[in-house]
Amino acid sequence: MVTLLTESGEHEVTGAEASTEALWCSARDAEGAAGWVSKPEGLCRGPVCVPLPAGREREFVDGGRINLAALWRHLGHSVVRSERGHVWVLGESARERKAALASLEAPDFALPDPSGRLHRLSDYRGKKIFLVTWASW
Amino acid sequence: MWQALQEELAGHGFQVIAVAMDSREGDPLPWIDAAKPTYPTLIDREHRLAELYGIVNVPQAVWIDEAGRIVRPAEPAGAYEGFRQMNRVTREMPEDVARRTAQAKAIYLDAIRDWARNGAASAYAFTADQARAHLPAVTEESVTAQAMFRLAQLLLRRGEREEAERWIREASRLHPDSWCIWRQGAGVTELGLAAQPDFWSRVDALGAKRYYAPVDMPGMP
Repeated sequence: MVTLLTESGEHEVTGAEASTEALWCSARDAEGAAGWVSKPEGLCRGPVCVPLPAGREREFVDGGRINLAALWRHLGHSVVRSERGHVWVLGESARERKAALASLEAPDFALPDPSGRLHRLSDYRGKKIFLVTWASW
Repeated sequence: MWQALQEELAGHGFQVIAVAMDSREGDPLPWIDAAKPTYPTLIDREHRLAELYGIVNVPQAVWIDEAGRIVRPAEPAGAYEGFRQMNRVTREMPEDVARRTAQAKAIYLDAIRDWARNGAASAYAFTADQARAHLPAVTEESVTAQAMFRLAQLLLRRGEREEAERWIREASRLHPDSWCIWRQGAGVTELGLAAQPDFWSRVDALGAKRYYAPVDMPGMP
């Protein structure tokens, strides 16, 4: 059992096989946790397809399985794994994060208040929002 | 401080959203209770706002207009370096430093008022080009550090404290400008984190570098 932390949250992946460098997941888990599917044109997420480097396809796709760690590195995203390999973070890419910020569109998020209720930034659209951080020290 | 501002400016479509960059269980709750805020106070254990907005310290704020556009990227919210010159035993500040600290806060609060009342016409609301020029740095290291921090938070929740602490230290090493990451990795004593020798030695190591990044507003110290 491997826990995957992706942009969409925390996912428990039962059939995953993790080594130091690779994280092989079933096609179903790769799609459910990370949103990627294998197609003839390469690995795809929604309308975007990434062609696999010629001759290296087996590093990414093997039968029905997808190596998410290899895909993430190939895309220039950060990958961090726990020492035992039981938790993996499939993180963001600096390039994409920079581009998103440069658009000046305030990225949406959902965070809980103390009662556990989730608030989205977009719930407050139409107001001038003063988003301020603090810490209890 | 934000509660008074929220009440004063609510009629201008102004909304405070406060986010606690705390990852210790239960930590911000007594503080939120004491402040009795009418605005939302959210808890960001995994520091999602650090990933999305480049927050590296508190208090930092982002101004977002009615259309969801960033008009002032992450910057210190009325905070000033003054504390670095306070007497570490008596916690007293030299008079001129205390004056500059108060001045920084007053200028910042007035800037918020001006923006709330005048919107895009406010001199404090950046144009798109100005806003882009003030965006925080995002690097491969900072992005990887946030991923490590997220890993650490999950390990902490599962009781794997030792490994979690190693990841927080590694994240802090990769992204030394983030006081938010460092703060969650530092041990807490009964003195409170800010009174600890570890904190002061890290602040002193900054030398001429700012603890709170400079804020681009006229007259700001």
